[in-house]
Amino acid sequence: MAKNISFTVRYWKQNGPKDAGHFETKQMSNIPDDTSFLEMLDILNEELINEGKEPFTFDHDCREGICGMCSLYINGTPHGKTERGATTCQLYMRRFNDGDVITVEPWRSAAFPVIKDCMVDRSAFDKIQAAGGYTTIRTGQAQDANAILIPKADADEAMDCATCIGCGACVAACKNGSAMLFVSSKVSQFALLPQGRVEAAKRAKAMVAKMDELGFGNCTNTRACEAVCPKNETIANIARLNREFISAKLAD
Amino acid sequence: MWLTNSSIGRKVIMSVSGIALILFLTFHGCMNVVALFSAEGYNMICEMLGANWYAVAATLGLAALVALHFVYAIVLTLQNKKARGNSRYEVTDRPAKVEWASQNMFVLGVIVILGMILHLYNFWYNMMFAELVGAETMYAADGAYWISATFANPVYTVLYLVWLVALWFHLTHGFWSALQTLGWSGKIWFNRWKCIGTAYATLLILMFAAVVLCFQCRALCCGACC
Amino acid sequence: MATLNSRIPEGPVAEKWTNYKAHQKLVNPKNKRKLDVIIVGTGLAGASAAASLGEMGFKVKNFCIQDSPRRAHSIAAQGGINAAKNYQNDGDSVYRLFYDTVKGGDYRAREANVYRLAEVSANIIDQCVAQGVPFAREYGGMLANRSFGGAQVSRTFYAKGQTGQQLLLGAYSSLMCQVNAGTVELYTRYEMLDVVIIDGRARGIIARNLVTGNIERFSAHAVVIGTGGYGNTYFLSTNAMGCNCSAAIACYRKGAFFANPSYVQIHPTCIPVHGDKQSKLTLMSESLRNDGRIWVPKKLEDAKRLQNGEIQGKDIPEEDRDYYLERRYPAFGNLVPRDVASRAAKERCDKGYGVNNTGLAVFLDFSQAIEDFGRKEIEARYGNLFDMYEEITDESPYETPMQIFPAVHYTMGGIWVDYELMTTIKGLFAIGECNFSDHGANRLGASALMQGLADGYFVLPYTIQNYLADQITVPRFSTDLPEFAEAETAVKDRIDRLFAIKGKRSVDSIHKELGHIMWEHVGMGRTKAGLEEGIKLIDALRKEFYTNLFVPGTTEGVNVELEKALRLEDFLLMGQLIANDALHREESCGGHFREEHQTEEGEAKRDDENFFYVGCWEYQGTDDKKPVLHKEPLEYEIIKVQTRNYKS
Repeated sequence: MAKNISFTVRYWKQNGPKDAGHFETKQMSNIPDDTSFLEMLDILNEELINEGKEPFTFDHDCREGICGMCSLYINGTPHGKTERGATTCQLYMRRFNDGDVITVEPWRSAAFPVIKDCMVDRSAFDKIQAAGGYTTIRTGQAQDANAILIPKADADEAMDCATCIGCGACVAACKNGSAMLFVSSKVSQFALLPQGRVEAAKRAKAMVAKMDELGFGNCTNTRACEAVCPKNETIANIARLNREFISAKLAD
Repeated sequence: MWLTNSSIGRKVIMSVSGIALILFLTFHGCMNVVALFSAEGYNMICEMLGANWYAVAATLGLAALVALHFVYAIVLTLQNKKARGNSRYEVTDRPAKVEWASQNMFVLGVIVILGMILHLYNFWYNMMFAELVGAETMYAADGAYWISATFANPVYTVLYLVWLVALWFHLTHGFWSALQTLGWSGKIWFNRWKCIGTAYATLLILMFAAVVLCFQCRALCCGACC
Repeated sequence: MATLNSRIPEGPVAEKWTNYKAHQKLVNPKNKRKLDVIIVGTGLAGASAAASLGEMGFKVKNFCIQDSPRRAHSIAAQGGINAAKNYQNDGDSVYRLFYDTVKGGDYRAREANVYRLAEVSANIIDQCVAQGVPFAREYGGMLANRSFGGAQVSRTFYAKGQTGQQLLLGAYSSLMCQVNAGTVELYTRYEMLDVVIIDGRARGIIARNLVTGNIERFSAHAVVIGTGGYGNTYFLSTNAMGCNCSAAIACYRKGAFFANPSYVQIHPTCIPVHGDKQSKLTLMSESLRNDGRIWVPKKLEDAKRLQNGEIQGKDIPEEDRDYYLERRYPAFGNLVPRDVASRAAKERCDKGYGVNNTGLAVFLDFSQAIEDFGRKEIEARYGNLFDMYEEITDESPYETPMQIFPAVHYTMGGIWVDYELMTTIKGLFAIGECNFSDHGANRLGASALMQGLADGYFVLPYTIQNYLADQITVPRFSTDLPEFAEAETAVKDRIDRLFAIKGKRSVDSIHKELGHIMWEHVGMGRTKAGLEEGIKLIDALRKEFYTNLFVPGTTEGVNVELEKALRLEDFLLMGQLIANDALHREESCGGHFREEHQTEEGEAKRDDENFFYVGCWEYQGTDDKKPVLHKEPLEYEIIKVQTRNYKS
């Protein structure tokens, strides 16, 4: 049975990338603990609107942990703390206690400028993807799907890498603002599959170059990224990307 | 040049120079242990590493490595600070997985450099440098003398131990991190490297610490008997 | 007035598509560069179409409301994608997939479209594998398959429980490849608010930049919308929060016919509603029905005690459990199609056998499967789903049976299109869930992904050329034309009107009320009286909307409430459309169940004599006027129309 809890929310307000931004505080009372975190924010917004105030802006969409849109930094952890790793939308209020102060911040990273409040611009990820995150194949060119045999272990591992939802929690958690976990997951997916091998060297070089150009930091292997990744991507991917990149450069 | 203008390239410089420095430390540590057993043996090594051209060349190479490692540490740190952006998180929480050392490598590195300056002043200045400038000293190749002289002072002993602890933290992360950066890691090897790295760093630091503590003890005991 | 001509090519069904492609008009490579195409939406259909047209050399402008094309709601599809590959040697064929889809759709789909869908299904799998989509494989390296509801063969390809994600990322990667090549221009965080018609042809759109708040004009030789379904009319659904029908409604308001809006799919296995603050419903994959058994108590007093929280499911002995799907449908058991499973659950709950405090849930029990295969095996099959369920409900499905209830999931109805996927407005195309053509009155599991990608990769890129071939002499349009100015002004006026209401109620509070009305009166079991009541209530709610809405903030910059208000205005119109169509269709078929029209056993009773047609609604110039019905008669050449039977 759900019980009700009361707590204080401190949420970040910022009007565009140039604004300095500040926290606002709101007391929330009698929230059932089977409410999801985002539903709690819906309630908060409903109350703000009823008071004639401007609501708190944040990104969210599918609310089932797969679209990667939600992006809140809650009490010092991207997406908030859960045991299994989950996105903000899969965080439930039963993780909190009566009387808690909950601080909600945006992803803070130079490559993710704030659009408004906790809504940030992650188009840098799209640009990295566009630099090489694909196999060059025209519609209709493909041969029969079973013509390429792929060992189950490789396919499964590629699937694990491809599970990345591009939410940016890795960048948000990294003290260096590095996007290596994101980039390496994409590079790994293709590097593990025969279809992707053809352009593997070109891809690794192009995606890393774009990542550097966009102002992401240098990876120093702190592992904060994998600790907060809601899809459990691992830094083994980063090792693979390093391998791909270095061997590509050495072969030049 | 990809080594300087790509993030992974810069990290490769860090890891290769770091690995080279670990190898140097290994050699230095082994050499120190000799001092525990035989002052003459130790001095023989010191003599070999006096103002000979190869020793000077190696020293210059070493200095270059340290400089490279340090300069790139500064470059990376500045770039990373910039990438982090201007606003800081109000609340932060370090996940259990994240080692403290990994997030403080630069600070640890600065402590290591400071310790190194002290160390150069205590030893290298009195030995190789003295020989190079032709100063009149009878102890230039008497490493054993300098060891006992330095660690007769408990202040130095404590400073050296702090230095070694910082170095230990730096190495426990640096070891696997270097291999990870070179791509020689993965789901299985990550844990192996981490284990090997911690054991290696511990052994190495124990070798250094043993010399420091041993000579300090000897000084204390000696003082007690004399 | 537009007329309905489905333009189905001549010839036997199996040869229509081949014939069409052999005789259609094409655009030569040099001319392609002179032609612009706007594609709205970046889901499976939109992204794949944009990538394919870009590769061909057209200049494509691709729009989405999210921050990245990769976030479109196709990403949330779990189970898989059907294709007639017959890799399992279990007798599958193009014809069988075609037949299953038409039958699953309760004989309300257009035969020629469905055959084409089944025909290109195999190419989709080839295409996706070449893109690097990591489908599940067997130890020999071959692709693996699983079976899904409504089929007796194993033809579903999957990537864990995230097939939609992987297929979308595949399409997204091809799209980004074209963005890099400069053939596709991407507009993220843009929302289409109107379509611009010049001389009877769609020539552009008006869109709002969701970051700056600016209203902007875009011109093109053709406009394609792939903006998904209208499930969020019900407020609570498995759709993403941002899913909306505004692009489709904008086309409808400009004269595109809306077909079969009453065909709404209610998915049987969702986590039940837990409270009035809930914002969305979470789907638990249909694949759970492979091993889970659905039941309610046999005795009413047991149900009462469950509802009062006095006992738990596991306290009820085996002999007092009613496995109602296995009882009613021995041949398909727990794997009957979605509409059948959903209605059966509702029937039990209506009789008072619901198993949670609201009385609106049934059990999905894995205890037998765990006994048969061991906990380890069940963990391997459904571990991530069980974890997700536990995270949401705080109950472990390993220990106590899951609770599930049907929820709105997919909409089979949509903008009417002909065989070429062109709407009743020339040069305006609709693809994916937002058109109506392939699923009839009910969609089978794992067919939505198939249709989205079929439209985007293999159908539209051909058929749109047949239209564009005549446009090569038409120069690029200036957005300074009076038609653009007029459309822009209309959009701005509409926004100003919403701000000017200055009432007291938030958008969500009105949307929730609409959801309640829709679920109560236009939900799973519909009656004449209920629908009439529903229409009245929606009318009253529309008045409330126009007099008591409060939109905070201004037109400038990000204003989420304004976005939602514009969408809600369209949902209100959509709700009426659904209810009107449901009221007129005096039969039960697929997702549309009229309680007046059922067999003695409570099964859907179709009326092929009077309702064997596509119901198409034409807008009458204002939201207040009732739309006019047009009929596209269905003509089946090879399939014999009969009563669906999943009992034996």
